[in-house]
Amino acid sequence: MAVQEKELSTVEHAWRSFKPGKWMKNIDTRDFIEENINPYHGDDTFLAGATQDTKALWDIISDLSKKERANGGVLDVDVNTPSTITSHKPGYLDKNREKVVGLQTDEPFKRSLQPFGGIRMMVDACKAYGFEVPESIIKLFTDIRKTHNQGVFDAYTDEMKAARRAGIITGLPDAYGRGRIIGDYRRVALYGVDRLIVEKKNDLKQMEVDVMTEDAMRLREELSEQIRSLNELKLMAKEHGFDISKPASNASEAFQWLYFGYLAAIKEQNGAAMSLGRVSSFLDAYIERDIAEGTLTEEQAQELVDHFVMKLRIVKFLRTPDYNELFSGDPTWVTESIGGMSITGKTHVTKNSFRFLHTLYNLGPAPEPNLTVLWSKDLPNNFKKFCSKVSIETSAIQYENDDLMRPYFGDDYGIACCVSAMRIGKQMQFFGARANLAKALLYTINGGVDEKLGMQVGPQFAPITSEYLDFDEVMAKFDNVMEWLAKLYVNTLNVIHFMHDKYSYERIEMALHDREILRTMATGIAGLSVVADSLSAIKYAKVKPIRNEQGIAVDFVTEGEYPTYGNNDDRVDEIAVDLVERFMNKIRKNKTYRDALPTMSVLTITSNVVYGKKTGTTPDGRQAGEPFAPGANPMHGRDQKGALASLSSVAKLPYEHSLDGISNTFSIVPKALGKEMESRVNNMVAMMDGYMTPDGGHHLNVNVFDRAQLMDAMEHPEEYPQLTIRVSGYAVNFIKLTREQQLDVINRTFHGKI
Amino acid sequence: MKGRIHSIETFGTVDGPGIRFVLFLQGCALQCKFCHNRDTWDTTKGKEMTVEEVLAEIEPYLAYYRASGGGLTVTGGEPLLQTPFVAELFKAVKDKWNLHTTLDSSGFCETSKLGKLMEATDLVLLDLKQIDPEKHIWLTGQPNDRTLAYAKWMSDHGKKMWIRHVLIPDVTDSASHLISLGQFVGTLQGVEKIEILPYHEMGIYKWEEMGEEYPLEGYRSPTDEEVERAYNLIEKGKTQQLQVIK
Repeated sequence: MAVQEKELSTVEHAWRSFKPGKWMKNIDTRDFIEENINPYHGDDTFLAGATQDTKALWDIISDLSKKERANGGVLDVDVNTPSTITSHKPGYLDKNREKVVGLQTDEPFKRSLQPFGGIRMMVDACKAYGFEVPESIIKLFTDIRKTHNQGVFDAYTDEMKAARRAGIITGLPDAYGRGRIIGDYRRVALYGVDRLIVEKKNDLKQMEVDVMTEDAMRLREELSEQIRSLNELKLMAKEHGFDISKPASNASEAFQWLYFGYLAAIKEQNGAAMSLGRVSSFLDAYIERDIAEGTLTEEQAQELVDHFVMKLRIVKFLRTPDYNELFSGDPTWVTESIGGMSITGKTHVTKNSFRFLHTLYNLGPAPEPNLTVLWSKDLPNNFKKFCSKVSIETSAIQYENDDLMRPYFGDDYGIACCVSAMRIGKQMQFFGARANLAKALLYTINGGVDEKLGMQVGPQFAPITSEYLDFDEVMAKFDNVMEWLAKLYVNTLNVIHFMHDKYSYERIEMALHDREILRTMATGIAGLSVVADSLSAIKYAKVKPIRNEQGIAVDFVTEGEYPTYGNNDDRVDEIAVDLVERFMNKIRKNKTYRDALPTMSVLTITSNVVYGKKTGTTPDGRQAGEPFAPGANPMHGRDQKGALASLSSVAKLPYEHSLDGISNTFSIVPKALGKEMESRVNNMVAMMDGYMTPDGGHHLNVNVFDRAQLMDAMEHPEEYPQLTIRVSGYAVNFIKLTREQQLDVINRTFHGKI
Repeated sequence: MKGRIHSIETFGTVDGPGIRFVLFLQGCALQCKFCHNRDTWDTTKGKEMTVEEVLAEIEPYLAYYRASGGGLTVTGGEPLLQTPFVAELFKAVKDKWNLHTTLDSSGFCETSKLGKLMEATDLVLLDLKQIDPEKHIWLTGQPNDRTLAYAKWMSDHGKKMWIRHVLIPDVTDSASHLISLGQFVGTLQGVEKIEILPYHEMGIYKWEEMGEEYPLEGYRSPTDEEVERAYNLIEKGKTQQLQVIK
């Protein structure tokens, strides 16, 4: 009894002066936020600069970054210790200065071995950067402990392997962690780990069902694993000197508890995107309470944010150079969603929303964490202006339309990776990379023969042999090819995610979810603008294929004019809209693993370059090997009527058929936003409000810089260590891109007629 | 009524306040050596569009223009070569949407024909390229008397104006020239703003594309300090003029 009373008082103390609600009874972070955050409508003048400790720590990181670059991209690898939540002893940058502690290994910038997704990826990555995995570890994960990668290849069909090789389906998470799962890391701070374990044990009890079906057994096993991982999380924190079994009792603990939750996740999983969720305004409740109690100053609050963000900036995974070609610049997608509105009408913007963006000044610009502003027309005007100023000065943030997403996802969703909205702790996705629609169009013309490999990849049907391409004939056949592709694609993803659950289950991330969750099967498409323009050319002009001796169309001659996507011209924009809806409907026809809800994205990340490389000349005049436009962007230089016409074309794409996100990257020269800073800020706010209407565009990356600056950075990378740019859905250090990708960025449309 | 259009820009932010729909008209009366839109000169090129067609191009973006305090800017080429078309277009956007209208011109026209157009024009951007008549001819192929008369007409009729001047080192940056320019501007009513436009070479490729030799080869863009100096000299000229009036 005495022990119980003590426990109660610890919890009571931790929750003191928070507004009570059902969050106390159930695990319900959203309810806590609704009751306890303090909306902020003021401006940015309250913000504090970097402290001495912050500057000293950032110097250490800058120095290590430099060394890492000099070492070819990876500074150090612990090749002897497969990473788990508790595998490594605590590491520090400078223990006496850090207000938030914890690293993935025992030293900063030392990457760990994460072999559960696939041992080959680890071996190849080590080799590429001059390290060697010991034979014993290779043997362990080849002969004794099976990996996700091995499971997938055991089940892949020949057709799947061929499609993968030809690149009609690419970027599949079959050799590493799938990612795009957001644990509700806030739960660790709000409830403490013990309470979470109690709830999970209760769930396990609830699952003592009559019939042990496969589903029931799987769920029981998963819950048991989740409980085990929560105990490991406590142990990891203890080694750092913290007892996180009880709720955090002040801001400093809240940051630390939450970060430990996240740290456990990235030690366990090298997911393609390890996103953070929506933590800033949640944490603001603790800061406000401490400030009211007189135990925290603004300077100290900013310092906590800066130190936390610094940790997020140095998340590292071991990747092969191949992987880097797809997802360039060493991204980790520590996406943090900021702002947005509550369904009750108040804003989620707090002072901490400002503080998180302010790290881009205190620490300088950086690609991570992937700061994502959930834009609503109802956001406080001061915050809108601040965001615009930050974009203009750093090019480091992206925007997603809260008024569009809230009806689907409520008011406590976060963005995973680039553009994938999901209810935090209540929803996850099976990440599915993307299918190459441009290649599918060429298969249509070439009877399923791959134009690059010269081999039959698609089903063998009669190729189109007419002198000029007929729109109706092409569309009828293209429809069949899409049907085939959608089926093959979903089946391939089913294999991957079955095996991922089996061999590389995300224990700690799922421990921070509810028991019953919504799963989505997140497919994607690449080459949308290439196909839309190609079909427009076939429909409105005359397109004649030039065939090689094998009969494969290797070039196209186009006579006459045709409208191109990106000019707000319905004749072609409707083709793009139809493609999205049509392919999504074909995806929907297929049975998905765990009955996941099928969704789709129009997003390429940086793979538009690799996809272009693997795809022959297309009827829109794009030459073989040339990059596609990223995401849902119009092709470079074809948007001739300026930015608003371009934005309007993209905004027509139907979100209801592309619920996993529609990415648009916008680059503009500073002068083209206006003459003075004030008018630039006002124009950008008006542009965002105009684009992000409740039925408008979904996502916008905003880059504000001159092409000349990028060209200079290519020549003198050492002078631009922190030059950050937005690419499809995330930000990168420009100088970490491959040369091809740098050129791709430079060749994109920069809005700003002179 | 039809106009001859060079191109459209849906997101213009430098030719008038806010975000603007910028309509570039085809055809020009001057032949400025520094022209960055060389391809707009020929009065027979471009695409013919009716007022209704232009309105349909503007309409999708009205929310942007309204929210930013922007509107429609017509430039060129020289829009005053197509005054009746511009007058009808401006009247239509006023009647239909009450949109802010801006005319960007070199003022090379007969002022007697401006009445109807000016009824529907909120702001005039006037490019004063050279104050010295001889040098103006050298730079643009035409004398500047019409331009100066145009400025005077705007001033007399109470029009709001932004005066602009392209600053080219060694061509349009002498102290005496800038002071005279300031003196002239000082005589005008309704000038809300003076904008120095630093010369740039970004339009040279258009001359090359047309197989034309670029007449100002070798001139450079001014530095920030030179721009600042030009502003100061024009201001100095303006105050001198005020003293004369007293």
